[in-house]
Amino acid sequence: MRKSRILGAVALLLSVSLLLAACGTPASTSPTTPSPTASSTSPSQEGGTIVVKGSDTMVNLASAWAEDYITGHPNVKITVSGGGSGIGIAALLNKTTDICNNSRPLKQEEVDKAKAGGIDPVSTIVAKDGVAVVVHPSNPISELSLEQLAAIFGGKITNWKELGGSDTEIVVLSRDNNSGTHLFFKEHVIQVKDKKAEYGPKVQFLPTSQSIADEVARNPKAIGYYGLGYLSNQQKAVAVKSATGPAVLPSLATVLDNSYPVSRPLFCTTNGQPKGAMQDYLAWILSPKGQEIVRSLDFVPVQ
Amino acid sequence: MVLAAAGWMTVVILVLIMIMLFVEGLPILAVTNPFSFLFTSQWYPVSDPPVFGILSLIIGSLMITATALVIAIPLGIGAAAFLAEIAPPPVREAIKPVIELLSGIPSIVLGFIGFLLLAPAIQRIFNLDSGLNGLTAGILLAFMCLPTIVSISEDALSAVPREYKEASLALGATRWQTIYRVLIPAARPGIVASVMLGMGRAIGETMTVLMVSGGRLAIPSFITDPMSAMTGRIAIEINNAVFGGLQYQALFAIGIVLFLITFAINLVADLVLEKQRRRYA
Repeated sequence: MRKSRILGAVALLLSVSLLLAACGTPASTSPTTPSPTASSTSPSQEGGTIVVKGSDTMVNLASAWAEDYITGHPNVKITVSGGGSGIGIAALLNKTTDICNNSRPLKQEEVDKAKAGGIDPVSTIVAKDGVAVVVHPSNPISELSLEQLAAIFGGKITNWKELGGSDTEIVVLSRDNNSGTHLFFKEHVIQVKDKKAEYGPKVQFLPTSQSIADEVARNPKAIGYYGLGYLSNQQKAVAVKSATGPAVLPSLATVLDNSYPVSRPLFCTTNGQPKGAMQDYLAWILSPKGQEIVRSLDFVPVQ
Repeated sequence: MVLAAAGWMTVVILVLIMIMLFVEGLPILAVTNPFSFLFTSQWYPVSDPPVFGILSLIIGSLMITATALVIAIPLGIGAAAFLAEIAPPPVREAIKPVIELLSGIPSIVLGFIGFLLLAPAIQRIFNLDSGLNGLTAGILLAFMCLPTIVSISEDALSAVPREYKEASLALGATRWQTIYRVLIPAARPGIVASVMLGMGRAIGETMTVLMVSGGRLAIPSFITDPMSAMTGRIAIEINNAVFGGLQYQALFAIGIVLFLITFAINLVADLVLEKQRRRYA
């Protein structure tokens, strides 16, 4: 208990310092990271450098892939950095990255901008991610429907009593709008009925998944959400019920068989169909070896 | 010559920053009129269509800063008076560096301590729904501007001519009366400057506020409500904003508002200082 608290604390410090580091990188056209600029021509089959940039959700996964891949391909160098899906897509558009990791599809605005710049973004689904809804372990609620979640996060239900819990305020915690998870949750949960629905005015936006995990672990009134990888026994995952199916707890198995309703694909996006070393790398990611790494990091394999 | 060049360089850079801020931020006003940008509180920058209203952020920033000052001013001036007038020299020599060391604590560390220790304590003490709120942020910010206030106020109090103090005591005033009625008024320019500098630090502080203020985007009614500040909004969103897009422009426009507020604070501070300087010259 004590040890895991300290670990949590260290993780929080790390995640926030990463955030701080990310804040220092302006979303401008100039690449300020020390990573080498993407080669204008695709890396050749024999070797080369692949620059990977994008989603913070995927950054650990992308690093693990890269580390494993280069042990078998000593001629290939891969540099991985995060910043967010938006940063990755911006980098793809100004040609400072070869592969963009995105945890959301490109917006129409971004596709238009790409076309205008002569870039043809091609996205490949490389893994899936389940978004777990969590409450304090002492909370008696153990299942919620998508509509109930929409009402909680949309600010229409504000007391646990309305859901059969104790008569206390619901403290609603969300990722901030720099996160792909924020958009995903809005589009797939809050807007499940009403396409115009938004996060409610009382929702608290916290900067990292770890800070949500920490706050849920200590606040009996809280509810929050984040990727499966952040689940621990200090929070209780809620089973989610879609309009049609039964209530399902989030797990690798339920995300994989699509029975868990709050899951999403994760993409690698390239400029045009991947060629040469990149093609080989993406094929390797989808191979059993690459997908085994997906599973080991608590994401869900697609193959 | 070199010094003059350096001086002008600073001015030029400052002007360039200002121009950049306005060039990037003002175009948002073509989409959102200034009134609804400043005086509505719907902030949905990634929705379609996006909505930009920053009133809740302005109020959040002001409430957190005001809380910090309410705590830091009496504490800071009290500590400065103690150090300058009451503490025996060895105590002063021991305490002053410690207080100045406080300003060396990185804001992220303070935010981290606030998140782990202060927030749960505040939640328990005030029986709140969440410990991540404006009060927690204000208390932490008070610690951040305390060193500035103590250190500059103490210098100002120490610089008051000895005769003032001696004359006051000779007239039969007690030590408290002397400090309160004679020394603090005489040192007021320095004290005002210290408070203004502290306020500048508080309103511009980003990381601590982002971590503990709770991140709610509605207009707060009490200081114990979760809230957001302008600085934190910029820091968290600029990462993911489409370069040159509406959200990007709106964030720069928040930067303009922040800039104008700090500019006004400094201007007022300068005017007050100038007035005081003339009176005591």
